[in-house]
Amino acid sequence: MSKTKDIRLMKGNEAFAEGIIRAGCDGYFGYPITPQSEVLEYLSVQKTKERTGMIVLQAESEIASIHMVYGGAACGKRVVTSSSSPGISLMQEGISFMAGTELPCLLMNVVRGGPGLGTIQPSQSDYFQAVKGGGHGDYKMIVLAPASVQEMYDFAKLGFDLAFKYRIQVMILSDGAIGQMMEKVELDEQIPRLTDAEIIKKYPWATTGKTADRERNIITSLDLNPVKQEIMNRKFQEKFKRVEENEVRFESIHCDDAEYLFVAYGSSARVCEKAMQLGRDKGIKIGLLRPITLFPFPYEEVARLAKQVEGILTVEMSAGQMIEDVRLGANGAVHIEHYGRLGGIIPAPSEVLNVLEENFIKSKVYA
Amino acid sequence: MTEEIIIAGFGGQGILSMGKILAYAGMMQSKEVSWFPSYGPEMRGGTANVTVIISDERISSPILNQFDTAIILNQQSMDKFENSVKKGGLLIYDPNGITHHPVRTDIDIYTVDAAYESSRMKSSKVFNMVVLGAFLKLKPLIDPEHMHQGLEKSLPVRHHNMIAENERAIEKGKEIIIPKHLLN
Repeated sequence: MSKTKDIRLMKGNEAFAEGIIRAGCDGYFGYPITPQSEVLEYLSVQKTKERTGMIVLQAESEIASIHMVYGGAACGKRVVTSSSSPGISLMQEGISFMAGTELPCLLMNVVRGGPGLGTIQPSQSDYFQAVKGGGHGDYKMIVLAPASVQEMYDFAKLGFDLAFKYRIQVMILSDGAIGQMMEKVELDEQIPRLTDAEIIKKYPWATTGKTADRERNIITSLDLNPVKQEIMNRKFQEKFKRVEENEVRFESIHCDDAEYLFVAYGSSARVCEKAMQLGRDKGIKIGLLRPITLFPFPYEEVARLAKQVEGILTVEMSAGQMIEDVRLGANGAVHIEHYGRLGGIIPAPSEVLNVLEENFIKSKVYA
Repeated sequence: MTEEIIIAGFGGQGILSMGKILAYAGMMQSKEVSWFPSYGPEMRGGTANVTVIISDERISSPILNQFDTAIILNQQSMDKFENSVKKGGLLIYDPNGITHHPVRTDIDIYTVDAAYESSRMKSSKVFNMVVLGAFLKLKPLIDPEHMHQGLEKSLPVRHHNMIAENERAIEKGKEIIIPKHLLN
């Protein structure tokens, strides 16, 4: 371990908060909710105004938070909000407006069990909301799924980079377990915030004040002319296609010789990694495919592995949402089952391994 | 080496801090570590528990249902976790307030009279460090130098004057841990 490295033990939520500061964030607007309140708490004690000049504001509600983000993003600033499931539902209108105006921003959902107020315990039941839309209109966000505290930190910078590269909203889909647990985090050097002059130069679309040499920049999603609106929508779709072509990320562990496959993201992927080890100790060749981007989803990798393995078990803390994308990828090539716990319960590694054995190995005897 | 530990008891006993100090010390010794707490309604006025993993390798699941070591500090946690210790594993508990003592014969069971000892030291705050010392006596995973660094990193600077007292409590825990069958 080199001495210059800044290594700390942090909660996932704190690591994300430190990550946005170091990635040169200009403003955070949020409203506290368990299990992500440590984000605002951590930012509040960091004296960000003195540290980097970053604004941290507790808004009066989640709806206000997302619209503060909307305003900041319109000015070309690196802005963030975070919340947990019920709060993210409140933000959907603002997110849709940002999709319609192509404004980059970073959002984080530390998912808890629903529907409604549900529970404060971890869940993954907001997959559809994050990946398939959430707000109204034909749009997609880039959705990153961290499975460790280090990734909670790393994805802050990655999220900003992607958001500005494509002028798109990036959602970090975490969950209560990743947000609350502590692990080792390696921190990077502070990236300076952009100056106003740099923003004007880098982001000519931003509302930075009209100058004599250009037309007025107008940020609006409204165009009552359907022909123009269709052109705009086609442009959005081309962008989502570019994202699908270039930004798929996943991690595969022991997939080379795998006969059975877990597909899981976030904290479920950690549980599956342990279940995979327990299975391999018993001589069952299990692999793990962990999607890191949920949009764009690693369909091609699923398709490739579906031809190799004898069965796929998707494990999610939901009634079965990501499994629909796994089925699309596999396209009928292999038997796929889902296992999930609901309402804030995290499955245990031995439980997950049992389900795999029941579904794919013990059933073979009768086949 | 991978050591999977559950620490469980009442909120306020310093369960989460003990886990954090252990995890931080492990990190200072260049181990991989994870710390996963119970949070929410369970914590508010009731029981608290934390899963700590210390390993030489990448840690897979921070969330477990079987443990190498259980450190149990109240009856509810004893009822909940006695059967979660792996066969051949270790259970350490403070007998103070325990009415149903553990009965398993396939694990090692030790007691540490930490509540009594910390009151004798006139500092109930170091209760959790007495317990931690007891654990370190049986599982010397972390050397004293890195325990010291773990305390430094976990405690806010304004409490650094209490590090020496905490270290004394750790040493006391190492002295007073006894196998359950020697318990009067």
